[in-house]
Amino acid sequence: MKHITDFTVVTNQRETDEFVVLTLQHPGELPSMVPGQFAEVRVDGAENAFLRRPLSIHDVDYSNNTIKLLIQEVGEGTRVLAKLKSGDQLNLVYPLGTGYTLPKSNRVLLVGGGCGVAPLLFLGRHFVENGIRPKFLIGGRTAATLIRLDAYEQLGDVYVTTEDGSAGHKGFVIHHPIMKTETPEFDHIYTCGPDAMMKVLAKYAGSRGITCQVSLENHMACGFGACLCCVTPTVDGHKCTCVDGPVFDSKYLKWEI
Amino acid sequence: MGNLKVQLGELTLSNPVMTASGTFGYGEEYADFVDINTLGGIVVKGTTLHAREGNAYPRMAETAKGMLNAVGLQNKGVDGFINEIYPRIKNFKTNILVNVSGSTVEEYIETAEKINELDAIPGIELNISCPNVKEGGMAFGTSCPSAIAVANAVRRVYKKHLMVKLSPNVTDITEIAKGVEGAGADSVSLINTLLGMAIDVNSRKPVLSTITGGLSGPCIKPVALRMVWQVAQAVNVPVVGMGGIASTEDAIEFLLAGASAIQIGTANFIDPTITIKVINGIREYLEINQMDDVKQLTGALITR
Ligand SMILES: Cc1cc2nc3c(=O)[nH]c(=O)nc-3n(C[C@H](O)[C@H](O)[C@H](O)COP(=O)(O)OP(=O)(O)OC[C@H]3O[C@@H](n4cnc5c(N)ncnc54)[C@H](O)[C@@H]3O)c2cc1C
Ligand SMILES: Cc1cc2nc3c(=O)[nH]c(=O)nc-3n(C[C@H](O)[C@H](O)[C@H](O)COP(=O)(O)O)c2cc1C
Ligand code: FES
Repeated sequence: MKHITDFTVVTNQRETDEFVVLTLQHPGELPSMVPGQFAEVRVDGAENAFLRRPLSIHDVDYSNNTIKLLIQEVGEGTRVLAKLKSGDQLNLVYPLGTGYTLPKSNRVLLVGGGCGVAPLLFLGRHFVENGIRPKFLIGGRTAATLIRLDAYEQLGDVYVTTEDGSAGHKGFVIHHPIMKTETPEFDHIYTCGPDAMMKVLAKYAGSRGITCQVSLENHMACGFGACLCCVTPTVDGHKCTCVDGPVFDSKYLKWEI
Repeated sequence: MGNLKVQLGELTLSNPVMTASGTFGYGEEYADFVDINTLGGIVVKGTTLHAREGNAYPRMAETAKGMLNAVGLQNKGVDGFINEIYPRIKNFKTNILVNVSGSTVEEYIETAEKINELDAIPGIELNISCPNVKEGGMAFGTSCPSAIAVANAVRRVYKKHLMVKLSPNVTDITEIAKGVEGAGADSVSLINTLLGMAIDVNSRKPVLSTITGGLSGPCIKPVALRMVWQVAQAVNVPVVGMGGIASTEDAIEFLLAGASAIQIGTANFIDPTITIKVINGIREYLEINQMDDVKQLTGALITR
């Protein structure tokens, strides 16, 4: 069931120049959510952000009814959200979309780039709760763009790449040594990030009999299947990324890779 | 308590608040947020004779207080509607109108004939004003003879409430309104989206895959209101007003301009409960102004 709820900002933690993490208090018991699902956040007081902004559920704590959003400032809407203070109200329509599905084997690799790392923390926690120890591969431009590595390290092994080599292995995620071994140490890839990165991973997975679940960030107007603005071509024709996705099996998408 | 019930010809609405086609899915998408049965009516997504995939992504661009869309009538076709969707929604206790579109007069006729057979559908909204398809659609609604031709043809085969949705992308909307009234429309609804465009200066490309698209939301309200006012004076059939309605005040403005009922579109995306708020708001407005019937508001504009 979808909800429309005013959350209260508990903390606004600045991570880097670009990223903040909002911790939001739900007024009652949180409904259950699936990793990969997102919220449509109303941006109050922004001149030019008219529509809600889709943001992944970054983390959930059912014990104290809080959720976290990881926000990258890219435009006016996200800049206004990044200025919220503790005590402010934030209106969310959530939980939306179809999230990640649990794998058939325990050997999972979670790959994130940019703000695409957001859903992977909740996903990693979900795996740990189901007795699976995940591996994370996180890519960034520079060391300064890598966010919350400590939080991921608490859940599993973390591998890092940066384009300038200032942290971890130099290059893109696909260049990391764990992607180079003859027999990969994982059977499933879960990824969220720039399309170019996800396409490379989908191709890699496709040629090795590995499954690859990707999370798309198409522009949305409603977020719950009412407007048909957010479609992506699939083997079954146009599908809404907000309802049938944002997570899709890469083989289901009509991607030129 | 003031009466909210309104009549559109034979069609009785429990209140004047309806939802606009293409923004409310088939109602089900909003069932978690509002009790669909409390709405005056819902107009479901544009339906064509054959299934359509719609236009390529990107289909949406946010604009100042509004948005452009170029969905292009993606739908499962009338048979898909009848077999898959209708069984799921036919028990809603509100007026469900099907928005009918086509590329040829024959397609409109065949689609309307099929929908005429559905007991739980008391009317259609004839869409002769979609700016997002290459042939047909808006082309019918922007020339008076073709608007009359398609309304006439559908009137002959469609026995229930025939609402005709007008395009604002014309020189004189009252001419078309009078034309379709003469062809037998039971009501007219307006406005559909205004043809617009957005450009990404970084890539120097149009934002939409179709280059142009339909503008909706609060930014179009003044234009919509003016057209509703003009049309209400030109025709005798009821007028259903829409375009940028996002609050009770907006809705009442349309009623005062001459609308008997209103539709809410884009505002549902930002507040999925807006319809209920507007219904309650109209009720309060009547109370505060000591009016006992919402019909007293229709056309009650004081011009001097
Ligand atoms: C399902 C989903 C989950 C998302 N999760 C997160 C998240 O957890 N954290 C996060 O920081 N961001 C996330 N995003 C992206 C986020 O929604 C956009 O960055 C945001 O809407 C931009 O709003 P703005 O007003 O700041 O920027 P705008 O001024 O609207 O745009 C600034 C720039 O960002 C681009 N942009 C706008 N919307 C999107 C979008 N939906 N996807 C990609 N680029 C966009 C624009 O093209 C433009 O170049 C997610 C998007 C989707 C669809
Ligand atoms: C995403 C979207 C899809 C639409 N699809 C249709 C459609 O299929 N048929 C139609 O007659 N109008 C369609 N419209 C137009 C609306 O029904 C309405 O006329 C217009 O948006 C103005 O009202 P608003 O400003 O309240 O949204 C669509 C509008 C939007 C935003
Ligand atoms: S964003 Fe409206 S249908 Fe997906």
